[in-house]
Amino acid sequence: MVPTPEQQFWMYEHMLISRFLEQDIEKIYMEGKTPAFNMADGPIPGEMHLSNGQEPCAVGVCAHLKPTDIVTATHRPHHIAIAKGVNLDRMTAEIFGKKTGLSGGRGGHMHIFDPDVNFSCSGIIAEGMGPAAGAALSRKLQNKDGVAVSFLGEGAANQGAFHETINLAAVWKLPVVFVIEDNAWGISVSKESSTAVKHNDARAAAYDIPGHYIPGNDPMAIFEIAGDAIARARRGDGPTLIEIETYRLAGHFMGDAEGYRPAGEKDALFAKDPIPAMRAKLLAAGILSEESDADLVAKARGRIDAAIAFARESDYPAPEEAMEKVFI
Amino acid sequence: MNQELGNERKLTIARAMSEAIAQEMRSDGRVFVMGEDIGALGGVFGTTQGLLGEFGGERVRDTPISETAFIGAAVGAASDGMRPVVELMFVDFFGVCMDAIYNLMAKNTYFSGGNVKVPMVLMTSTGGGYSDAGQHSQCLHGTFAHLPGMKVVAPSNAYDAKGMMTTAIRDDNPVVFMFHKGLQGMGWLGTEEGSIVGVPEESYTVPFGKARVVREGADVTIVGITSGVHMALAAASALSEKGTEADVIDLRSLVPLDRETVIESVRKTGRLIVVDEDYHSYGVTGEIIASVVEHDVSLLKSTPKRVAFPDIPIPFSRPMEQWARPSAERIVAAFDEMVG
Repeated sequence: MVPTPEQQFWMYEHMLISRFLEQDIEKIYMEGKTPAFNMADGPIPGEMHLSNGQEPCAVGVCAHLKPTDIVTATHRPHHIAIAKGVNLDRMTAEIFGKKTGLSGGRGGHMHIFDPDVNFSCSGIIAEGMGPAAGAALSRKLQNKDGVAVSFLGEGAANQGAFHETINLAAVWKLPVVFVIEDNAWGISVSKESSTAVKHNDARAAAYDIPGHYIPGNDPMAIFEIAGDAIARARRGDGPTLIEIETYRLAGHFMGDAEGYRPAGEKDALFAKDPIPAMRAKLLAAGILSEESDADLVAKARGRIDAAIAFARESDYPAPEEAMEKVFI
Repeated sequence: MNQELGNERKLTIARAMSEAIAQEMRSDGRVFVMGEDIGALGGVFGTTQGLLGEFGGERVRDTPISETAFIGAAVGAASDGMRPVVELMFVDFFGVCMDAIYNLMAKNTYFSGGNVKVPMVLMTSTGGGYSDAGQHSQCLHGTFAHLPGMKVVAPSNAYDAKGMMTTAIRDDNPVVFMFHKGLQGMGWLGTEEGSIVGVPEESYTVPFGKARVVREGADVTIVGITSGVHMALAAASALSEKGTEADVIDLRSLVPLDRETVIESVRKTGRLIVVDEDYHSYGVTGEIIASVVEHDVSLLKSTPKRVAFPDIPIPFSRPMEQWARPSAERIVAAFDEMVG
């Protein structure tokens, strides 16, 4: 399954939008946090997990999804949310804790819910897997179209929820795909030192489902394999486990000095940045020209500028609104 | 109790829960059941009797022993328009799946700014008294009621069990439905006769957040929930023989909590004893007393008392467990101490 030129263009465009958002957040996050770094200060307080470098996982998978399909994502969710079509203005406002945010500021960047496109994420490792399986079960029980995709990090493959949920999904043959973004690091602990298998697709065999490993952070390869897995789920043939080698170009969170990385590792990753690589590929294929690229970049930047402006200009919620929405 | 119900057939709590679920499954195709041994076995504590035969394996799903997976799945299904009823066989097992319960089930509505509903029922067995030791005998009322985002209810009789289960399934919020094993009417767990009461055949609801005065008296207020209600009623009978009349209040619901009914009773009696088979400290007993004291400390003419399980893991050996459990005798002793 090869992406059409339109799909390739779409993937590149959404990688750009995601990267531009993260670059802006990175700058704005530091406002009010210098000279002394205090996570509680500035227009974007709290933890911030940026997705720079991991964009191929989001676009390669979400290119196959409709708004009615379900995605659960991780504590590092922005790229996936953008590829799933989450309302960008309201997501950005949520990241700023504003009243116009998707949740009126109750969730923040690790708790983004956009029911219009069936997107949610959560802050605890492997936590989205059960809900994805359950949403897939819901579609099966209602005889309604739809697959669920649960994104997780490679560290999540060592959680109990990972094994419980894949077994359940396999036993019930649910239309769900589990996508591991392997960025090699669980905060500061390497995959190598925490995980008994080299690649987690091997674990699919334990549950008698297909497993795939995709090296190289390659959007085209991700598109192809995710497409097959999602089509398989849509046919009713059950779940698939995919592990994608990806690159975390940022720290685990903002403020992470990354002293645990071997010397030179980060430079090597920047050299493999997937966005310039995708750009070169599209230029070589004639899908993109220097001119159309400049247009696209300007358009993506404009989209992010508008989202940031919307978030900045929005009001904070009244403090006492905190008491609302516990129950409905 | 339930004199207003006349001569209707009597049911156990187990039968009443099964009947409520069956009726809701008949009228609402979104309702389905998941859990361990809830299919052919009908639930270890009889909560899903007859459901597999009537509704089949698609809607009555025995799960692997994977509470994190199937409770997490229930959250996802509920958010996608279904109304799952899931059973956590023993509340003590919350240790293997609390993340799905309190970080997902209880928080997703709030985290979504009210845009995502999680209409699910988590039913779970509580309580001891039959020598099952400390991993199969806890109540944990306070543990669950403490955490925001879940309604928590616990019936003491079959009438309330059926009506509250119906209310729980129709609620758009997550509901933890706690049923005490000793009140289930399973026979092999002993049977509390007072829990087997008249239950209408037709569907009905019992609202959450409304306590019930199950016996009236002017001298002391005794507040309980599930097993504590039956202990309180036995204590009230014993006290009555000595000329003391007790108001006995069945809380029925911990979240939301009907503080007003308790306060009104204490306004009348001036004395308060709270009974709970859950642990003594940081729990329901302290919450009820604090609610009265915060409202108006002058309502009390004696120091309030709690009769609860001491702060120890629940021991196996019969004499130790029975000694530690709340009982009618301990309630009477608490009253004697209060007025002595």
